[in-house]
Order: sequence, then C-alpha cells, then structure tokens
Amino acid sequence: MLKYFISLEWKSFIRSASFKTNLFFKIMMVIGALWITGSFLLLGFGAYFMIEEGLKMEPFEVVNQALIYYMVFDLAFRYFLQKMPVMNIKPLMYLPIKRDAIVNFAVGKTMISFFNLLHAFLFVPFSIVLIIEGFPAMQVITWYLAILGLVFCNNFINIFINNKDIVFYTVVGMVIIMMGLQYLEVFDITNFTAPLFKAFYAIPYLALIPLILAFVFYKMAFTYFKKNLYLDAGLSSKHDVAKTENYSWLDRFGSLSTFLKNDIKLLRRNKRSKMTLFMSVIFIFYGLLFFTNAVEAYDGPFWRIFAGIFVSGGFLFTFGQFVPSWDSAYYPLMMSQNIRYKEYLESKWYLMVFATIISTVVSAFYLYWGWQAYAAVVVGAAYNIGVNSHLVLLGGAYIKTPIDLTTSKKAFGDKQAFNAKTMLLTIPKLLLPMAIYAAGHFTLGEVFGFALVAVFGLAGLLFKNRVFKLIEKIYKSEKYKTLAAYKQNN
Amino acid sequence: MITVSNLSKKYNADPVLQIETLDIPKGQSFGLVGNNGAGKTTFFSLLLDLIQPTTGHIKSKDIQVDNSEDWKPFTSAYIDESFLIGYLTPEEYFYFIGELRGQNKADVDALLQGFSDFFHGEILNQKKYLRDLSKGNQKKVGIVAALIGSPEIIILDEPFANLDPTTQIRLKQIIKNLAEQQGVTVLVSSHDLMHVTEVCERIVVLEKGQIVKDIVTSAATLKELEVHFAGTEAFQAEHL
Repeated sequence: MLKYFISLEWKSFIRSASFKTNLFFKIMMVIGALWITGSFLLLGFGAYFMIEEGLKMEPFEVVNQALIYYMVFDLAFRYFLQKMPVMNIKPLMYLPIKRDAIVNFAVGKTMISFFNLLHAFLFVPFSIVLIIEGFPAMQVITWYLAILGLVFCNNFINIFINNKDIVFYTVVGMVIIMMGLQYLEVFDITNFTAPLFKAFYAIPYLALIPLILAFVFYKMAFTYFKKNLYLDAGLSSKHDVAKTENYSWLDRFGSLSTFLKNDIKLLRRNKRSKMTLFMSVIFIFYGLLFFTNAVEAYDGPFWRIFAGIFVSGGFLFTFGQFVPSWDSAYYPLMMSQNIRYKEYLESKWYLMVFATIISTVVSAFYLYWGWQAYAAVVVGAAYNIGVNSHLVLLGGAYIKTPIDLTTSKKAFGDKQAFNAKTMLLTIPKLLLPMAIYAAGHFTLGEVFGFALVAVFGLAGLLFKNRVFKLIEKIYKSEKYKTLAAYKQNN
Repeated sequence: MITVSNLSKKYNADPVLQIETLDIPKGQSFGLVGNNGAGKTTFFSLLLDLIQPTTGHIKSKDIQVDNSEDWKPFTSAYIDESFLIGYLTPEEYFYFIGELRGQNKADVDALLQGFSDFFHGEILNQKKYLRDLSKGNQKKVGIVAALIGSPEIIILDEPFANLDPTTQIRLKQIIKNLAEQQGVTVLVSSHDLMHVTEVCERIVVLEKGQIVKDIVTSAATLKELEVHFAGTEAFQAEHL
C-alpha cells in the first residue's frame, strides 16, 4: 500500500505544473533550492562563531532567546505556504483502502515536508558545533530533540489553524507587539521563554515533553481527519458568505469605476491577493533594516533610496507585476467583451498610486530615525508613482503565469516572473533612482539628491499615456499567447 | 451576418477545423453538433477571436474578427467557466457585464426580472460567490449574462449540459424567442440531438473539423441525425 502512496506522491511532484517549464528554469529552481539549503547549512555551522565573534555574546544563550520568534515565524510561513494534506485524498476514498491508511498517509505526508526538513539543516550543524565546542553531547542531543518536537508541533498546529484567519492574524499581531515592546525595552518575552528552551538542555528529561506533545498532536490530527473524512465535512471546500457590494462611492471615477470596483473586490475576496496586501505591509517595515543601521552593508547613502522605494512601493511591486495575470481566470471573458484597455490599466494604476500614498503616510514613523529616512520614503514614493508604476505594468504585460486566486501559494513570486525582460526592467526601477540620488548627493548634497529623484519621478507622469498605449499594443499583440498560457491551469 | 471563408485551424500540422464556406444569416438559430473533438468549441473560439485561424477568416457583419474589435459590442457568448468572475456575487457579475455593455443598474435589474423563473430562486440573493455555485447554476448565470445589452449575436457552447430538466425546457423557450421574435442570431452547440433539433432552424454536423451535414430542421431531422451518429448500416436497417 505504502509503495503505491509513495509512487503517487512522486508522480504528483514531478508532474506538477511548476516542473513543466523549460530546462533553464529547472536549473534555476535546483540552484535556488540548493542555495536555500546551503545558506541554512552555512548559518547552522557559522551561527555559533558569528554570534561569539560578531556580537561578543554567548551563542547558546542568544539562540535560545531567539527561538520563540523563530518558532512563531516558522508557523507564519507554514500558514501561508504549506499545503494542506486533504487536497489529494478525495480520489482515494472511492477505492478499497482503509480509512486509517488514508489518514495516516495524509497526516504523515506533512511530516516529511520541506518545512520540517529545512530546520534540520540549521539545527543539526549548530548542535554539532555545540558539541565540538565542548558542550556535553547528551544534553545537546536532547535539546535538539526538543526543538525537533516543537517543529513537529508547529506542523500539526498549522493543520488545526488552517483557514482560521482570525487565529493567525491575532498571533502575528501579538508577535509584532512583543517585538516592539522588546525593541523599546519595555517588556522582553524572551526573558521568560529563553530559560524554557534552555531547560531542555539543562534537564534532558524535559525534552520528552515536546516529543510527547508532538505525538499527542499527531493523534489529534489523526482523529480530527478521520472524523472529517467525508465530502460534506473536512473535505468540503469552505464557502464564504458573500455580500453584494456596490461601492457606489466609486462612481465619481466615471467609467473607470467599473474596473476599480472589480479590482477592489478582487483584492478583498481572494486568498492570493490578500497575501499580497499582507506582503505590502511587511515591506513598510523593510526600511528598518536600513535606517536602524542593522545591516552594515546598507550604510551607503544611496541605499536610502533603495529602501525608500521598497517601503512605499511594496504593493506596487507585488501587485503591479502581475497585471493582467490577476484576471487570468476569466481572461477569455475580458477578451470577448468590449474592454477599454486604457480604463482597465488606469484602474490598476490608481490602485497602485493609492496604495503608495497610504504606505507613505503610514511610514511617517521613519521620522524617528531622522528626516532623511522619511525623505527617502517620500521621494521613493514620487519615483514609484511617476516611473515605477508604469514599468511594473509594462513588465507584467510579458508575464503569462496564470494566477490561482484561491490559494495563497506562490505569492512570493513565480519562476516565470523572472524572465529576461522583467529582469532588465529592474534597472530603471531600482538602480536608476539610486544612481540619480548618488549623482545629486555627491555633487550638491543630500537635499539636491532627494529633489533630483522626486523631479525625475514626477517627470515620468508625463509619459503615462504613451506607456499605456505601448502596453495596450503589447496586450493586443500577445493576446493569443496570453490566452493560451492562462488556459494551462495547474 | 456571419461569413466564414476558407477557415482552418491546425495545431502542429494537425488539422482540427477546416471550413471552406459557411454563411449564417441574421436571426437564424444555428445548431452545431458533433462528437468530442469535432471542432465545435474551436469554431466558437475562432468566432470570438480567442484563437488565431491558421488560414482564412470569419467576418461578422462585415467585420473581420481577427482584424478589428468592432464586433465586440454586438456579440456576446458563454463558452465555459472562464467567462465567469469567481469572486463576484451573481448580481455584481451581471452589473459588471452590464456596465461593459453600456447598461445601467436599472436596465440590468429589469432584464433579470424576466428571468426569475429561469433562476428558480437559486441565483439572486444567495449570499454566495460565483465560484461557490453549483455547475448548473454557474451556467445559468453565464447564459443570462450573455443576454445583457441586447446583443445581435449570442454564442452558447453546450448550454444544455449540467442543467436540470426544468431549466432545459425554459432555456429552449428563451433561445427560440431570441431568434424568432427579436431577430437575434443564436449559435448553439450541443451533444443532445433532441434539444438542438427542437431549438435550431438549421443544424450543421461537424466531424473531425469538417462540415459533413448542413440541414434545415424538419420533422425528419432528429431521425436523420440519430442515424448519422449511430454510424452503422446495421443500426439503420434495424430502425427503418
């Protein structure tokens, strides 16, 4: 039986749509996977010394402190990316296979997923280094086993909270508050959790607790699935309660409102697009890496612009690069209706502009790190609105990846999003404003640099109609190819 | 209304459609039948300029569909679920299509009023997005949306499939009405010979991309089609 399950899994893996690409992308994917494992391995071996040498702190202490956040972030990543096991078991239900076997297979499958293996690449080398550095082997191993148990706990917790957005966002909100409190030195949760993690090392028997807990969670997941292994229970797809909304306040935008209303509904009602909104919020905080001097490599003055562009343009980039793929599910409809391309594009453009302005207002807190930090965000926004908004739409016209709106997977970008043309477009998107700023900064000073970027950005607005015409032309000339590509669903 | 000349579509030298000439006059209810892979959907997709012809062209009201987009305002279609926007409620979808076709909310509401029977209380005000409706109900939405804005040409691919018997009967009435009373050119494809013969004035049989029969519907048509698709002499002997 197991043999069949494994062979089914293998086939679903190698025949998945993401593998059906050309050789170049396959190689890129392998390199990408190796890179991630490699960097985790490197981090695992190197963390000890980096903390000791770089931060002059006790590595084991630091790791135990950070672990609580590590675990929560792991959960967050799983929530968004790890696929639930129920998807592929429907066809098995009609076959003469015992329910227990199906459930064991489904639940067990989650355990050998990439999300669990990845941690081993980090913690096994770290544990080895600990032992080499003279920590008692037995205790290090129990500590590692405890972590392993917790990772598996996360695995099962994710199954339970899957699709329960409220639970998830509460957890994320709490974590952000905790991090803030810790940064401001009001309250440090790691003071409480670090000793807990250390206990697994100090008192080896305690490591049994997370392992037993993981086992209990496994049993719970097992019974939960078994009880719900019916088409109208656990296997039914969840239906959202729909409400017809008119958004009549958008009517002031005239004929544009037709698309604007639709786009707002698209953003609000689909998992994938909600993920994009979430990512854009994360981007707002991206600048912290630069302006708090947390990363030394980013200290050059022109990096400010780099940060400013991402802080204000998170939504612009994550959303804009997939226009028109957002409408891929019903592209034949759009193409057989009398669509006014200009209004279609303009609606997306306005959304990006609104989002950029909102991000810019929200990131006013960067003033805390000096006016330059916020000035970088503001001129970054100007450049985004004037130049980048056009460039992402232009790049999107060449991306023919259909978007499955109902899953949040792949929100971190698609292999096809990285084709040569879009790569080429990152030069004017990011490097050019940095160069412009540098030119101003090193001649007449930083104010001139900022002004120069802003002027360049606003000048881009003059070309809006030209760019829209160009994009329309691309849409028309690529129409059949795009239709064919969108048809190939996963 | 619609003129096809020298049309062919090939995928890697595999011909999937080959129509020398075909004329569909205004106000005709036109039925397309054929087995799987006969080229019905390919023909409709070509008519909507969703795929490119290998040779030849289709003219709709003297507008060559792959050259100009001016046929769009008077043409509407429901081919499959890719004509639905899954995250909208049926009402929102109707209004959206309405706005694209120059109809305001009141116009659309007035039109929908006439279809309350057809919807059977399962479409409007159901607090469901289109993606969560059953296949049959999705089809109802798609078909009615294709009627918004008084189009002159309506293309429906397999409109009877997945519909319950009551709705099938109502749909037949709707299609007949469109052609007979409103002068709309309706193009319908179907696997159900009974339905097409009931609804369409003219039936064209496609086989491996070629037109093999072009019949003006009469009382004998159903029999003729059944014999054709049964395909064997033995069957004919048995039934005659």
